[in-house]
Amino acid sequence: MKVPRGLSGILGVKEATIAIITIATILFFYSLQPAFLSDINVGTLLSITPELGIPALGITVLMIAGEFDLSIGSVFGFVPLFAAELMRIGTPVEFAIALALLTSILIGLIHGIITVKSGIPSFITTLGGMLIWRGAALLITGGQPRYFRVPEHVAGLTSGPILPPFVNAQLLWFISIMIILWVMLERTKFGNHIYATGGNKEVARYMGVNTDYIKISCFILSSFLAGLGGIIQSTRLGTALPNQGDGLEFDAIAAAVIGGTSLRGGYGTVIGTVIGEFLGRIIENGLIIIRAPSYYFRLYIGAVLIIAVILNLYMARRIRERERPWIQEMSR
Amino acid sequence: MDSGDEPLVKMVNIHKWFGRVYALRGVDFHVNHGEVVGLVGDNGAGKSTLIKILSGVYPPDMGEIFFEGRRVSFKSPKDAIRLGIETLYQDIALVPQMNIPRNFFLGREIEKQLGPIKLLDLKKMGWESLKCLEAIGLKIANPKVSVENLSGGQRQGVALARAMYFKRKLLILDEPTNNLSVKETMKVLEYVRRLKEEGIASIFVTHNIHHVYAIADRIVILSHGKKVGDYLKDEISVDEIIQIIVSS
Repeated sequence: MKVPRGLSGILGVKEATIAIITIATILFFYSLQPAFLSDINVGTLLSITPELGIPALGITVLMIAGEFDLSIGSVFGFVPLFAAELMRIGTPVEFAIALALLTSILIGLIHGIITVKSGIPSFITTLGGMLIWRGAALLITGGQPRYFRVPEHVAGLTSGPILPPFVNAQLLWFISIMIILWVMLERTKFGNHIYATGGNKEVARYMGVNTDYIKISCFILSSFLAGLGGIIQSTRLGTALPNQGDGLEFDAIAAAVIGGTSLRGGYGTVIGTVIGEFLGRIIENGLIIIRAPSYYFRLYIGAVLIIAVILNLYMARRIRERERPWIQEMSR
Repeated sequence: MDSGDEPLVKMVNIHKWFGRVYALRGVDFHVNHGEVVGLVGDNGAGKSTLIKILSGVYPPDMGEIFFEGRRVSFKSPKDAIRLGIETLYQDIALVPQMNIPRNFFLGREIEKQLGPIKLLDLKKMGWESLKCLEAIGLKIANPKVSVENLSGGQRQGVALARAMYFKRKLLILDEPTNNLSVKETMKVLEYVRRLKEEGIASIFVTHNIHHVYAIADRIVILSHGKKVGDYLKDEISVDEIIQIIVSS
């Protein structure tokens, strides 16, 4: 397979792979059911993808730093419920949301400090977190959904329409966060240290990078964006559900990995994650549109995950082979 | 250098125990300004213990270290690095997934102010690192390739060029020619020679006497935690060095 030069110039090769898969998937569903690309359906996709994609962006950065966060689905559920509880006891809406988001930062800080200081793998720390925060959500509500009614000016900020039917506030959040994180990762010292920490912690430390600080910051980011995603979903639905975001962590990790982020740290791209997240939602939505039983979703996404990773590895090897001869030559 | 005859670094009567193992038994060791010292000896002779003490990894149990005439003590490798002593370990010099400029400036990035935020000056980082690689004799057309795609010798070149750029005074090279082809070994020896021309001293730790003999000014031989030889290269042949290592 030839690497398409033009596309790889703009996106980088790994994003290009996943972009091609996504376009092929869109064409596949469109050929079976033209309504897939109707205004309403595209609008739906553009409004549900961001709230699930924002947490995926956070976990991408954390995975680049070499850690995992399995708790994001639970934080996605806990944070809006906590805000709803605060509102129920009379806290002003803006203040309740701000306080709940602050709690998500605190949760990330706790996960980060425990992981870094105790040396427990983050897989375990955040597996614990996943159970704890889901448990807390169920405990404070007794398993009942809570109203999440917020005034228009607040809802407009998180999930209101901007240019209906396609552009809404959450899409702008999603794209803005992607851009900010891209600049942070690719163009700042902090980002350079994130890549170095995930790539080889010993080297990074020897070169003077405070790897503990980097990792803890990334845990905070991951948790905060999970909380923000949860708040956006709750304002859109007008309710906070105790099981909200159940299984989100696996979808988010899948989106990141499909988009080209390495499970071993040191490599990843937020643009790839955005495309990966869209691909996940497109498959989910497309299967419904073509009236396939919805049970197929996980089966398909699992297959796509494996295919995308194999393709990514294949492309990476191709590039290395192409670069190697002239590197050797240059060094003679 | 205004320090006159004072060596760049002087280690006096260094002792180190690891539990019951008496690893260093009163070693005196020094490196003059701009000198390449070959540190040789069989496995377990104490070479790596000695350089780990000098690079701040362990404190000595007894003995003193002087740097440019001043007594120093290192709590961590950071203290040694601050003075300009850098150790290049083959496996912990570079982050494989990152490209050359990002590795080159890791921890010491060049930034430019853009309104309220500071961004990396990637252009300058690329340009400066490339220029420095050329100065050391390593030509790489596209510095944007990740380091994992470079050969072992090229990686050594990048790490050595970085040490030169940041004006290190003393480099400790721990088995820098391990796992390298003959041709690549020659390149690495050439890089060390360039560093010497720049006035950077180095300690070349190896068990391959032929490699170090080609570039060293002086050879220090350790055996069973003691210094058993300290010769200017002109005073001794490779065969004589081997004889000392084998017989002690």
